[in-house]
Amino acid sequence: MSMDRRKFLKVAGVGALGLAGLPASRLLAAGNPRFKAPADGLQGERWAMVVDLTVGAHDDAAISACHKIHNVPEHANPRHEVKWIWNTDYKHAFPGLATEHMPVQYREEHSALVLCNHCENPPCVRVCPTQATFKRADGIVLMDFHRCIGCRFCMAACPYGARSFNWVDPRSAANLDEPGETMLTFPTRSKGVVEKCNFCAERLARGLEPACVENSSNGRMLFGDLGDPGSDVSRIIKSKYTIRRKQHLGTEPSVFYIV
Amino acid sequence: MYDKGKVVPGLIIFLALVLSPIIYNGMSESAGVVPELTYPAGETRCVESKQYMRENHMQLLFDWRETVVREGNRTYVAEDGKEYNMSLSGACLSCHTKKEEFCDRCHTYLKVKPYCWDCHIIPPQLPKENV
Repeated sequence: MSMDRRKFLKVAGVGALGLAGLPASRLLAAGNPRFKAPADGLQGERWAMVVDLTVGAHDDAAISACHKIHNVPEHANPRHEVKWIWNTDYKHAFPGLATEHMPVQYREEHSALVLCNHCENPPCVRVCPTQATFKRADGIVLMDFHRCIGCRFCMAACPYGARSFNWVDPRSAANLDEPGETMLTFPTRSKGVVEKCNFCAERLARGLEPACVENSSNGRMLFGDLGDPGSDVSRIIKSKYTIRRKQHLGTEPSVFYIV
Repeated sequence: MYDKGKVVPGLIIFLALVLSPIIYNGMSESAGVVPELTYPAGETRCVESKQYMRENHMQLLFDWRETVVREGNRTYVAEDGKEYNMSLSGACLSCHTKKEEFCDRCHTYLKVKPYCWDCHIIPPQLPKENV
């Protein structure tokens, strides 16, 4: 087949136009009508949590409920520890806010329940090279474990230590080594993957509140939409004195504490 | 031809060596055995047609994974309008209850090793409404 210069350029031009259309077709595919959001899922503009530290001491019920439903491994070696939500000292949760002149029960014994803050400006999302960590439209900072390559940039970036790395296979942990003990509704992770609290995104999709809130004692935890002025969390944050962890860093956490 | 006495036997030995895996497999018991997938009892259709699933299940699962995790969609509307919960353990394995007779049958045959089950849990008896 012979082709003159003019015809070749025409064909090449049309071909190049077609290539330019590729990204557009990808965009269209993103709104695939074959995929639907769950009908009974909770919808929010910006999910937030209020933790009341004035009620009672440790909240082990909330912690164990979370760790159980998310198959968080309990390793014997403390250096392999994986945690999504945990108790820490007041002075460590709020550095700079504890002073030596405080009553000792606040400074030393008052503990704070801490978890991923699901920041408005999440530093972990900025540093993730594979976009395994990303921020959803409803404010949840979520991990796509499939994409995590285990570089741990996010762990270095998170000012709250909210992330844990799987140094060993989580299924080798005593609580996950038998299939019967593994909760069947949530996958485990694999070795070499970072994990953290997901604000129970999988439960919100079924219309349920996060497991820690549901299991917290004395109603010390509240979950709701900060974008909805009528929600419980909005009303409390508007009416009571609340603080957030390391506010000065500008990450804008979504977890508020009543102290 | 020079050195016929050396070249011809050499060629025969070379061919025998190169073809030996093919000849060996051709004579073994598994020769010509192609894995056969059957529908679970009482079922006549997977989420999509048999042909589509055979050719595209990996892409389908990949799309499911992307949209569930990243876009928060959990329901899949199939070609025939039926709706499915997009879940590997909860949807696929709730019908095809035995992984050994479903995933493994072809994957072992083709020597492919997807790492789904490093994290996802092989359900012994998983209720259908679960994730």
